[in-house]
Amino acid sequence: MDLQALALTLRLAAVTTLLLLLLGVPLAFWIVSTRSRLRPLVEALSTLPILLPPTVLGFYLLVLLGPRTIFGRAAIHFLGHPLSFSFAGLVIGSVIYSLPFAVQPLIAGFHSVDPTLIEQARLLGASRWRMLREILLPLSLRSVAAAATLCFTHTVGEFGVVLMIGGDIPGATRTLSIAIYDQVQDFSYADANRTALLLLGFALAALILLYARRSRTGLSHG
Amino acid sequence: MAEIRVRHHQGGFTLDIACSLDTQWTVIFGPSGAGKSTLLRILAGLITPQSGRISIDGEPLLDTDAKLSLPAGRRGIGFLTQQPALFPHLTAAENVAFGIRHFPLESRRRRIAEMLRFFGADALADRKPAQLSGGERQRVALARALAPNPKLLLLDEPLAALDDASAHDILARLLQLPTRIVYVSHDVAEIWPLPAAVVVLENGLVTATGPLQQVLAPQRDRLLQLLRG
Repeated sequence: MDLQALALTLRLAAVTTLLLLLLGVPLAFWIVSTRSRLRPLVEALSTLPILLPPTVLGFYLLVLLGPRTIFGRAAIHFLGHPLSFSFAGLVIGSVIYSLPFAVQPLIAGFHSVDPTLIEQARLLGASRWRMLREILLPLSLRSVAAAATLCFTHTVGEFGVVLMIGGDIPGATRTLSIAIYDQVQDFSYADANRTALLLLGFALAALILLYARRSRTGLSHG
Repeated sequence: MAEIRVRHHQGGFTLDIACSLDTQWTVIFGPSGAGKSTLLRILAGLITPQSGRISIDGEPLLDTDAKLSLPAGRRGIGFLTQQPALFPHLTAAENVAFGIRHFPLESRRRRIAEMLRFFGADALADRKPAQLSGGERQRVALARALAPNPKLLLLDEPLAALDDASAHDILARLLQLPTRIVYVSHDVAEIWPLPAAVVVLENGLVTATGPLQQVLAPQRDRLLQLLRG
Protein backbone atom coordinates (compact mmCIF):
# COMPACT_ATOMS: atom_id res chain seq x y z
CA MET A 1 0.00 0.00 0.00
CA ASP A 2 1.34 3.44 -0.96
CA LEU A 3 0.73 5.25 2.35
CA GLN A 4 2.12 8.50 0.98
CA ALA A 5 -0.47 8.40 -1.82
CA LEU A 6 -3.19 7.52 0.71
CA ALA A 7 -2.31 10.52 2.90
CA LEU A 8 -2.14 12.84 -0.10
CA THR A 9 -5.50 11.57 -1.39
CA LEU A 10 -7.21 12.11 1.96
CA ARG A 11 -5.68 15.59 2.30
CA LEU A 12 -6.77 16.50 -1.24
CA ALA A 13 -10.31 15.22 -0.62
CA ALA A 14 -10.61 17.05 2.71
CA VAL A 15 -9.36 20.39 1.34
CA THR A 16 -11.51 20.05 -1.81
CA THR A 17 -14.64 19.19 0.21
CA LEU A 18 -14.12 22.13 2.55
CA LEU A 19 -13.60 24.56 -0.35
CA LEU A 20 -16.56 23.12 -2.26
CA LEU A 21 -18.90 23.64 0.70
CA LEU A 22 -17.65 27.21 1.13
CA LEU A 23 -18.14 27.87 -2.59
CA GLY A 24 -21.15 25.62 -3.22
CA VAL A 25 -23.45 26.94 -0.49
CA PRO A 26 -23.52 30.58 -1.71
CA LEU A 27 -23.57 29.46 -5.35
CA ALA A 28 -26.52 27.10 -4.80
CA PHE A 29 -28.31 29.79 -2.79
CA TRP A 30 -27.78 32.30 -5.61
CA ILE A 31 -29.11 29.80 -8.15
CA VAL A 32 -32.30 29.08 -6.18
CA SER A 33 -33.00 32.68 -5.23
CA THR A 34 -31.95 34.84 -8.19
CA ARG A 35 -34.16 36.25 -10.91
CA SER A 36 -31.11 36.99 -13.09
CA ARG A 37 -31.21 35.88 -16.71
CA LEU A 38 -27.70 34.50 -16.14
CA ARG A 39 -29.04 31.75 -13.85
CA PRO A 40 -29.39 29.02 -16.53
CA LEU A 41 -25.88 29.77 -17.81
CA VAL A 42 -24.34 29.67 -14.32
CA GLU A 43 -26.24 26.49 -13.43
CA ALA A 44 -25.18 24.86 -16.70
CA LEU A 45 -21.53 25.82 -16.16
CA SER A 46 -21.59 24.47 -12.61
CA THR A 47 -23.04 21.16 -13.88
CA LEU A 48 -20.83 20.86 -16.96
CA PRO A 49 -18.03 18.84 -15.30
CA ILE A 50 -20.46 15.90 -14.93
CA LEU A 51 -20.73 15.61 -18.72
CA LEU A 52 -17.20 16.55 -19.76
CA PRO A 53 -14.58 13.81 -20.14
CA PRO A 54 -12.07 14.38 -17.30
CA THR A 55 -9.25 14.61 -19.82
CA VAL A 56 -10.95 17.53 -21.59
CA LEU A 57 -11.35 19.41 -18.32
CA GLY A 58 -7.82 18.44 -17.29
CA PHE A 59 -6.38 19.64 -20.59
CA TYR A 60 -8.02 23.07 -20.38
CA LEU A 61 -6.99 23.44 -16.74
CA LEU A 62 -3.43 22.46 -17.62
CA VAL A 63 -3.37 25.21 -20.25
CA LEU A 64 -5.06 27.71 -17.91
CA LEU A 65 -2.66 27.05 -15.04
CA GLY A 66 0.41 27.06 -17.29
CA PRO A 67 2.76 29.98 -18.00
CA ARG A 68 1.03 30.96 -21.26
CA THR A 69 -2.01 32.53 -19.61
CA ILE A 70 -2.34 35.63 -17.41
CA PHE A 71 -3.73 33.46 -14.62
CA GLY A 72 -0.82 31.02 -14.86
CA ARG A 73 1.76 33.82 -14.98
CA ALA A 74 0.15 35.53 -11.96
CA ALA A 75 0.34 32.25 -10.03
CA ILE A 76 4.05 31.88 -10.89
CA HIS A 77 4.64 35.51 -9.86
CA PHE A 78 2.96 35.07 -6.46
CA LEU A 79 3.85 31.45 -5.66
CA GLY A 80 7.23 31.21 -7.34
CA HIS A 81 6.17 28.06 -9.24
CA PRO A 82 3.42 27.08 -11.69
CA LEU A 83 0.16 25.71 -10.32
CA SER A 84 0.28 22.75 -12.66
CA PHE A 85 2.08 19.72 -11.23
CA SER A 86 1.54 20.99 -7.67
CA PHE A 87 -0.85 20.15 -4.84
CA ALA A 88 -2.51 23.59 -5.17
CA GLY A 89 -3.15 22.86 -8.86
CA LEU A 90 -4.73 19.52 -7.95
CA VAL A 91 -7.01 21.30 -5.48
CA ILE A 92 -8.15 23.79 -8.15
CA GLY A 93 -8.83 20.97 -10.61
CA SER A 94 -10.65 18.87 -8.01
CA VAL A 95 -12.83 21.78 -6.91
CA ILE A 96 -13.93 22.45 -10.49
CA TYR A 97 -14.36 18.77 -11.32
CA SER A 98 -16.47 18.02 -8.23
CA LEU A 99 -18.43 21.28 -8.24
CA PRO A 100 -21.70 19.67 -9.48
CA PHE A 101 -21.51 17.11 -6.68
CA ALA A 102 -21.66 19.97 -4.17
CA VAL A 103 -24.05 22.32 -5.95
CA GLN A 104 -26.74 19.90 -7.15
CA PRO A 105 -27.55 18.30 -3.75
CA LEU A 106 -27.52 21.74 -2.15
CA ILE A 107 -29.93 23.12 -4.77
CA ALA A 108 -32.23 20.12 -4.19
CA GLY A 109 -32.00 20.68 -0.42
CA PHE A 110 -32.81 24.39 -0.63
CA HIS A 111 -35.73 23.70 -3.00
CA SER A 112 -37.15 21.18 -0.55
CA VAL A 113 -37.57 23.79 2.20
CA ASP A 114 -41.25 24.74 2.59
CA PRO A 115 -41.72 28.08 0.72
CA THR A 116 -44.10 29.33 3.44
CA LEU A 117 -41.20 29.24 5.90
CA ILE A 118 -39.16 31.41 3.54
CA GLU A 119 -42.09 33.82 3.18
CA GLN A 120 -42.43 34.07 6.96
CA ALA A 121 -38.71 34.75 7.32
CA ARG A 122 -39.04 37.53 4.70
CA LEU A 123 -42.07 39.00 6.47
CA LEU A 124 -40.15 38.98 9.74
CA GLY A 125 -37.39 41.03 8.14
CA ALA A 126 -34.70 38.40 7.56
CA SER A 127 -31.93 39.45 5.17
CA ARG A 128 -30.84 37.01 2.46
CA TRP A 129 -27.76 36.07 4.49
CA ARG A 130 -29.85 35.44 7.61
CA MET A 131 -32.36 33.44 5.57
CA LEU A 132 -29.53 31.20 4.34
CA ARG A 133 -27.81 30.88 7.72
CA GLU A 134 -30.81 30.47 9.99
CA ILE A 135 -33.49 28.83 7.82
CA LEU A 136 -32.18 27.18 4.65
CA LEU A 137 -28.96 25.64 5.97
CA PRO A 138 -30.39 24.20 9.21
CA LEU A 139 -33.32 22.74 7.27
CA SER A 140 -31.05 21.30 4.56
CA LEU A 141 -28.46 19.59 6.74
CA ARG A 142 -29.07 16.22 5.06
CA SER A 143 -28.30 17.78 1.70
CA VAL A 144 -25.17 19.46 3.07
CA ALA A 145 -24.04 16.08 4.41
CA ALA A 146 -24.86 14.44 1.06
CA ALA A 147 -22.88 17.13 -0.81
CA ALA A 148 -19.88 16.70 1.51
CA THR A 149 -19.97 12.89 1.19
CA LEU A 150 -20.23 12.99 -2.60
CA CYS A 151 -17.46 15.60 -2.96
CA PHE A 152 -15.09 13.70 -0.69
CA THR A 153 -15.74 10.34 -2.34
CA HIS A 154 -15.61 11.73 -5.87
CA THR A 155 -12.29 13.45 -5.16
CA VAL A 156 -10.81 10.29 -3.66
CA GLY A 157 -11.63 8.41 -6.86
CA GLU A 158 -10.46 11.09 -9.31
CA PHE A 159 -8.04 10.03 -12.03
CA GLY A 160 -8.21 11.86 -15.37
CA VAL A 161 -8.09 15.44 -14.13
CA VAL A 162 -5.45 14.63 -11.51
CA LEU A 163 -3.22 12.93 -14.08
CA MET A 164 -3.55 15.78 -16.57
CA ILE A 165 -2.88 18.60 -14.10
CA GLY A 166 -0.63 16.93 -11.57
CA GLY A 167 1.15 14.15 -13.40
CA ASP A 168 2.61 11.53 -11.10
CA ILE A 169 4.93 13.10 -8.53
CA PRO A 170 5.24 11.00 -5.36
CA GLY A 171 4.29 13.00 -2.25
CA ALA A 172 3.10 15.95 -4.31
CA THR A 173 0.54 14.81 -6.86
CA ARG A 174 0.39 11.00 -6.83
CA THR A 175 -3.00 10.02 -5.46
CA LEU A 176 -4.32 6.50 -4.86
CA SER A 177 -5.95 6.23 -8.27
CA ILE A 178 -2.65 7.22 -9.93
CA ALA A 179 -0.87 4.72 -7.68
CA ILE A 180 -3.14 1.93 -8.99
CA TYR A 181 -2.28 2.93 -12.56
CA ASP A 182 1.46 2.82 -11.69
CA GLN A 183 1.08 -0.56 -9.97
CA VAL A 184 -0.66 -2.01 -13.02
CA GLN A 185 2.04 -0.59 -15.30
CA ASP A 186 4.60 -2.37 -13.08
CA PHE A 187 2.54 -5.62 -13.22
CA SER A 188 2.15 -5.38 -9.39
CA TYR A 189 -1.39 -6.73 -9.57
CA ALA A 190 -1.49 -7.71 -5.88
CA ASP A 191 -0.66 -4.14 -4.81
CA ALA A 192 -3.10 -2.74 -7.36
CA ASN A 193 -5.78 -5.08 -6.04
CA ARG A 194 -5.25 -3.95 -2.44
CA THR A 195 -5.40 -0.28 -3.40
CA ALA A 196 -8.44 -0.82 -5.65
CA LEU A 197 -10.24 -2.76 -2.90
CA LEU A 198 -9.57 0.10 -0.51
CA LEU A 199 -11.13 2.62 -2.92
CA LEU A 200 -14.04 0.28 -3.69
CA GLY A 201 -14.77 -0.27 0.01
CA PHE A 202 -14.48 3.43 0.72
CA ALA A 203 -16.93 4.39 -2.06
CA LEU A 204 -19.41 1.68 -1.00
CA ALA A 205 -19.23 2.72 2.68
CA ALA A 206 -19.81 6.36 1.73
CA LEU A 207 -22.88 5.46 -0.34
CA ILE A 208 -24.32 3.25 2.41
CA LEU A 209 -23.81 6.12 4.86
CA LEU A 210 -25.51 8.50 2.43
CA TYR A 211 -28.54 6.29 1.81
CA ALA A 212 -28.88 5.39 5.50
CA ARG A 213 -29.42 9.09 6.22
CA ARG A 214 -32.39 9.27 3.88
CA SER A 215 -35.67 9.56 5.73
CA ARG A 216 -38.14 6.75 5.34
CA THR A 217 -41.10 7.39 3.09
CA GLY A 218 -44.68 6.38 3.85
CA LEU A 219 -44.20 3.42 1.48
CA SER A 220 -41.61 1.85 3.78
CA HIS A 221 -44.05 1.56 6.70
CA GLY A 222 -46.63 -1.14 7.36
CA MET B 1 -56.10 54.33 7.57
CA ALA B 2 -54.97 52.02 4.76
CA GLU B 3 -55.62 53.08 1.17
CA ILE B 4 -55.54 50.33 -1.42
CA ARG B 5 -55.78 50.59 -5.18
CA VAL B 6 -54.32 47.64 -7.05
CA ARG B 7 -54.70 45.89 -10.35
CA HIS B 8 -53.08 42.51 -10.83
CA HIS B 9 -53.48 39.98 -13.59
CA GLN B 10 -52.25 36.43 -13.16
CA GLY B 11 -53.12 33.27 -15.06
CA GLY B 12 -56.45 34.45 -16.49
CA PHE B 13 -57.58 36.03 -13.21
CA THR B 14 -57.70 39.80 -12.70
CA LEU B 15 -57.84 41.45 -9.31
CA ASP B 16 -59.00 45.07 -9.52
CA ILE B 17 -59.44 46.58 -6.07
CA ALA B 18 -59.93 50.08 -4.73
CA CYS B 19 -60.89 50.45 -1.07
CA SER B 20 -60.01 52.09 2.23
CA LEU B 21 -59.58 50.23 5.49
CA ASP B 22 -60.46 52.75 8.19
CA THR B 23 -61.71 50.57 11.04
CA GLN B 24 -59.66 48.50 13.49
CA TRP B 25 -61.10 45.26 12.13
CA THR B 26 -61.82 44.72 8.44
CA VAL B 27 -63.13 41.45 7.10
CA ILE B 28 -62.44 40.54 3.49
CA PHE B 29 -65.33 38.26 2.62
CA GLY B 30 -66.01 36.31 -0.53
CA PRO B 31 -66.21 32.87 -2.10
CA SER B 32 -63.15 30.73 -2.85
CA GLY B 33 -61.26 32.11 -5.82
CA ALA B 34 -62.54 35.68 -5.33
CA GLY B 35 -58.99 36.99 -4.84
CA LYS B 36 -58.98 37.39 -1.04
CA SER B 37 -55.68 35.63 -0.43
CA THR B 38 -54.07 37.33 -3.44
CA LEU B 39 -55.06 40.71 -2.03
CA LEU B 40 -53.49 39.84 1.34
CA ARG B 41 -50.30 38.65 -0.32
CA ILE B 42 -50.11 41.91 -2.26
CA LEU B 43 -50.61 43.91 0.96
CA ALA B 44 -47.90 41.86 2.69
CA GLY B 45 -45.43 42.47 -0.14
CA LEU B 46 -45.24 38.80 -1.19
CA ILE B 47 -46.69 39.63 -4.62
CA THR B 48 -46.02 42.83 -6.54
CA PRO B 49 -49.05 43.81 -8.62
CA GLN B 50 -48.74 45.16 -12.15
CA SER B 51 -50.08 48.52 -11.02
CA GLY B 52 -51.33 50.17 -7.89
CA ARG B 53 -50.73 52.17 -4.77
CA ILE B 54 -50.94 51.05 -1.15
CA SER B 55 -50.39 53.33 1.82
CA ILE B 56 -50.89 53.03 5.55
CA ASP B 57 -51.45 56.27 7.48
CA GLY B 58 -50.17 58.20 4.48
CA GLU B 59 -46.94 56.23 4.25
CA PRO B 60 -46.64 54.55 0.84
CA LEU B 61 -45.77 50.85 0.82
CA LEU B 62 -46.30 50.44 -2.90
CA ASP B 63 -46.50 52.92 -5.73
CA THR B 64 -45.92 51.33 -9.11
CA ASP B 65 -45.94 54.74 -10.86
CA ALA B 66 -43.04 55.83 -8.65
CA LYS B 67 -41.45 52.35 -8.95
CA LEU B 68 -41.70 51.96 -5.17
CA SER B 69 -42.33 48.62 -3.51
CA LEU B 70 -41.16 48.21 0.06
CA PRO B 71 -39.87 44.67 0.73
CA ALA B 72 -42.13 42.47 2.85
CA GLY B 73 -39.88 42.73 5.89
CA ARG B 74 -39.97 46.55 5.90
CA ARG B 75 -43.74 47.04 5.61
CA GLY B 76 -44.49 46.51 9.30
CA ILE B 77 -47.16 43.97 8.42
CA GLY B 78 -47.76 40.61 10.11
CA PHE B 79 -49.27 37.82 8.05
CA LEU B 80 -50.72 34.50 9.11
CA THR B 81 -52.54 31.81 7.15
CA GLN B 82 -54.21 28.52 8.09
CA GLN B 83 -50.72 27.00 8.12
CA PRO B 84 -48.76 28.46 11.05
CA ALA B 85 -45.44 27.97 9.16
CA LEU B 86 -43.39 27.84 12.34
CA PHE B 87 -39.68 27.22 11.83
CA PRO B 88 -39.48 23.52 12.73
CA HIS B 89 -35.90 23.60 14.04
CA LEU B 90 -36.59 26.42 16.51
CA THR B 91 -38.47 26.34 19.81
CA ALA B 92 -41.65 28.38 20.26
CA ALA B 93 -39.67 31.13 22.05
CA GLU B 94 -37.02 31.16 19.30
CA ASN B 95 -39.76 31.41 16.68
CA VAL B 96 -41.23 34.44 18.45
CA ALA B 97 -37.74 35.93 18.79
CA PHE B 98 -37.04 35.64 15.04
CA GLY B 99 -38.66 38.93 14.06
CA ILE B 100 -37.37 40.95 17.02
CA ARG B 101 -33.68 40.14 16.83
CA HIS B 102 -32.96 43.87 16.72
CA PHE B 103 -34.52 44.39 20.17
CA PRO B 104 -32.06 44.65 23.11
CA LEU B 105 -31.77 41.27 24.84
CA GLU B 106 -33.78 42.12 27.94
CA SER B 107 -36.70 43.73 26.09
CA ARG B 108 -36.63 40.85 23.59
CA ARG B 109 -37.03 38.34 26.45
CA ARG B 110 -39.83 40.42 27.95
CA ARG B 111 -41.61 40.69 24.60
CA ILE B 112 -41.38 36.92 23.93
CA ALA B 113 -42.82 36.12 27.38
CA GLU B 114 -45.51 38.79 27.00
CA MET B 115 -46.68 37.58 23.58
CA LEU B 116 -46.69 33.88 24.49
CA ARG B 117 -48.58 34.68 27.70
CA PHE B 118 -51.11 36.79 25.81
CA PHE B 119 -52.01 33.83 23.59
CA GLY B 120 -51.96 31.33 26.47
CA ALA B 121 -48.80 29.67 25.17
CA ASP B 122 -46.28 30.60 27.89
CA ALA B 123 -45.90 26.95 28.94
CA LEU B 124 -44.89 26.03 25.39
CA ALA B 125 -41.82 28.30 25.14
CA ASP B 126 -39.25 25.49 25.03
CA ARG B 127 -41.17 23.14 22.75
CA LYS B 128 -40.53 22.69 19.07
CA PRO B 129 -43.43 22.88 16.59
CA ALA B 130 -43.55 19.08 16.16
CA GLN B 131 -44.41 18.83 19.88
CA LEU B 132 -47.37 21.23 19.58
CA SER B 133 -51.01 20.68 18.59
CA GLY B 134 -52.56 22.63 15.69
CA GLY B 135 -54.13 25.19 18.04
CA GLU B 136 -50.89 25.61 20.01
CA ARG B 137 -48.94 26.17 16.81
CA GLN B 138 -51.38 28.85 15.73
CA ARG B 139 -51.04 30.59 19.12
CA VAL B 140 -47.24 30.61 18.77
CA ALA B 141 -47.50 31.82 15.16
CA LEU B 142 -49.73 34.70 16.26
CA ALA B 143 -47.29 35.58 19.04
CA ARG B 144 -44.50 35.58 16.44
CA ALA B 145 -46.43 37.75 13.98
CA LEU B 146 -47.35 40.29 16.66
CA ALA B 147 -44.02 40.41 18.52
CA PRO B 148 -42.54 43.12 16.22
CA ASN B 149 -45.67 45.21 16.89
CA PRO B 150 -46.88 45.42 13.26
CA LYS B 151 -49.00 48.31 11.99
CA LEU B 152 -51.34 45.82 10.36
CA LEU B 153 -52.00 42.12 10.97
CA LEU B 154 -53.29 40.10 8.03
CA LEU B 155 -55.09 36.89 8.92
CA ASP B 156 -56.03 34.54 6.11
CA GLU B 157 -58.61 32.11 7.54
CA PRO B 158 -56.35 31.54 10.57
CA LEU B 159 -58.92 29.51 12.51
CA ALA B 160 -60.22 27.33 9.70
CA ALA B 161 -58.20 24.26 10.67
CA LEU B 162 -58.88 24.51 14.43
CA ASP B 163 -61.52 22.97 16.68
CA ASP B 164 -64.30 25.29 17.90
CA ALA B 165 -62.93 25.73 21.43
CA SER B 166 -59.45 26.77 20.23
CA ALA B 167 -60.91 28.99 17.52
CA HIS B 168 -63.19 30.84 19.97
CA ASP B 169 -60.44 31.27 22.52
CA ILE B 170 -57.96 32.65 19.96
CA LEU B 171 -60.57 34.96 18.45
CA ALA B 172 -61.44 36.32 21.91
CA ARG B 173 -57.77 37.09 22.52
CA LEU B 174 -57.39 38.76 19.11
CA LEU B 175 -60.35 41.00 19.90
CA GLN B 176 -58.46 42.40 22.91
CA LEU B 177 -55.59 43.62 20.74
CA PRO B 178 -55.21 47.25 19.75
CA THR B 179 -53.65 46.19 16.42
CA ARG B 180 -55.46 46.83 13.14
CA ILE B 181 -56.52 43.52 11.68
CA VAL B 182 -57.57 42.46 8.20
CA TYR B 183 -59.34 39.13 8.45
CA VAL B 184 -60.10 36.95 5.47
CA SER B 185 -62.92 34.45 5.65
CA HIS B 186 -65.70 32.89 3.61
CA ASP B 187 -67.55 31.67 6.73
CA VAL B 188 -70.37 34.04 7.75
CA ALA B 189 -70.95 32.27 11.08
CA GLU B 190 -67.29 32.72 12.07
CA ILE B 191 -67.10 36.43 11.33
CA TRP B 192 -70.65 37.49 12.30
CA PRO B 193 -69.81 38.56 15.90
CA LEU B 194 -66.80 40.64 14.83
CA PRO B 195 -67.02 44.42 15.30
CA ALA B 196 -65.75 44.96 11.79
CA ALA B 197 -66.23 46.61 8.47
CA VAL B 198 -66.47 44.25 5.53
CA VAL B 199 -65.15 44.34 1.99
CA VAL B 200 -66.94 41.80 -0.20
CA LEU B 201 -64.90 40.43 -3.09
CA GLU B 202 -66.28 38.52 -6.05
CA ASN B 203 -64.27 37.56 -9.13
CA GLY B 204 -61.51 39.94 -8.18
CA LEU B 205 -63.79 42.97 -7.76
CA VAL B 206 -65.15 44.77 -4.70
CA THR B 207 -68.93 44.31 -4.80
CA ALA B 208 -69.89 45.78 -1.42
CA THR B 209 -68.39 47.55 1.59
CA GLY B 210 -69.78 48.74 4.91
CA PRO B 211 -70.55 47.56 8.45
CA LEU B 212 -70.30 43.77 8.52
CA GLN B 213 -73.70 42.92 10.04
CA GLN B 214 -75.45 45.28 7.66
CA VAL B 215 -73.72 44.12 4.48
CA LEU B 216 -73.81 40.40 5.23
CA ALA B 217 -77.34 40.20 6.66
CA PRO B 218 -78.76 38.62 3.45
CA GLN B 219 -76.06 35.92 3.45
CA ARG B 220 -76.71 35.22 7.14
CA ASP B 221 -80.46 34.94 6.62
CA ARG B 222 -79.88 32.55 3.71
CA LEU B 223 -77.55 30.45 5.90
CA LEU B 224 -80.10 30.33 8.72
CA GLN B 225 -82.81 29.23 6.29
CA LEU B 226 -80.54 26.45 5.05
CA LEU B 227 -79.86 25.34 8.64
CA ARG B 228 -83.57 25.30 9.47
CA GLY B 229 -84.08 23.06 6.45
